[in-house]
Amino acid sequence: MVLSEQDYRLISVIQDGLPLVSHPYAELGKKLGMGEEEVIQRLERMQREGIMSRFGVVVRHRELGYRANAMVVWDVPDGQVEEVGRALGAQPWVTLCYQRARHLPQWPYNLYCMVHGRRRDEVRETVRRMAVELGLTGIPRRLLFSVRRFKQRGGHYR
Amino acid sequence: MPMEPRSSGPLSASPGRREEVEDLDLLERRLLDEFQHHFPLSSAPFARVAERLGVGEREVIDTLRSLQERGYISRIGPVFRVRRVGASTLAAMAVPRRRLEAVARYVNAFDEVNHNYERDHRFNLWFVVTAPDPARLRQVLEQIEEHTGLSVMSLPLQRAFHIDLGFPLWS
Repeated sequence: MVLSEQDYRLISVIQDGLPLVSHPYAELGKKLGMGEEEVIQRLERMQREGIMSRFGVVVRHRELGYRANAMVVWDVPDGQVEEVGRALGAQPWVTLCYQRARHLPQWPYNLYCMVHGRRRDEVRETVRRMAVELGLTGIPRRLLFSVRRFKQRGGHYR
Repeated sequence: MPMEPRSSGPLSASPGRREEVEDLDLLERRLLDEFQHHFPLSSAPFARVAERLGVGEREVIDTLRSLQERGYISRIGPVFRVRRVGASTLAAMAVPRRRLEAVARYVNAFDEVNHNYERDHRFNLWFVVTAPDPARLRQVLEQIEEHTGLSVMSLPLQRAFHIDLGFPLWS
């Protein structure tokens, strides 16, 4: 899907979230010189075409008691990345699962997933159980727990 | 289990000690849990939500505003698939401990940086950079390297595997 200039303008006004008013799409439209109908149609199209993965409430895990969050990195043989990635990505505890380029020699890991929990030991146990159940115990992995959050917000594109 | 260390300085986006999740009432929990995807794209979406929950529109809007003010909700809106719009990468740096806060502050100042975390590893600063195009992305990374004198490891996305349905809180 090709995004138009109008789509990009809409993305830039909506990425900080909907205004909390009765007719938020009309309100956004006013800033863009677009009607409410057009705003909704453009968003529907972006959703349908997979430009956005979801549209809704974006929660802050930490504030909700999910303070332990680990980025789990795996060094998966290239031929198995797809299979392992699909298996991990389908786990309910995994919120994100990405294949990324390795950065050799200092960083051999090529598969990343994010696991959240209330405590670190809970997250460690979840990851251990996942590795056993999916037959991944032979694949080198590391857990990088977050210590502090310096910044969190939606992606800004323009 | 001790609390994770957190900064009390102006850098930290997280407020201090706060109520536990158990203190949230049913309406608050349902608003947080059930509308992470498929939020209504219609003229009066909060009225739709209210209808589904059997409460008034005003109550939904006020409760969402309160959840947002208390820091439980970052926003209501789209989550874009990375790489479909613009160019982005995950960047990591090994920053000497005593410089960490200053470097984090410098990195945060870029509009292109949208997530920035300290993690317990030699590579201790991890941030996502999203730019309109690859040239600007490269420029941001180079500027950070130049300013800090530290190297930035760029780990561009190759493929996403997860199915993003939000984050199940109580289910």
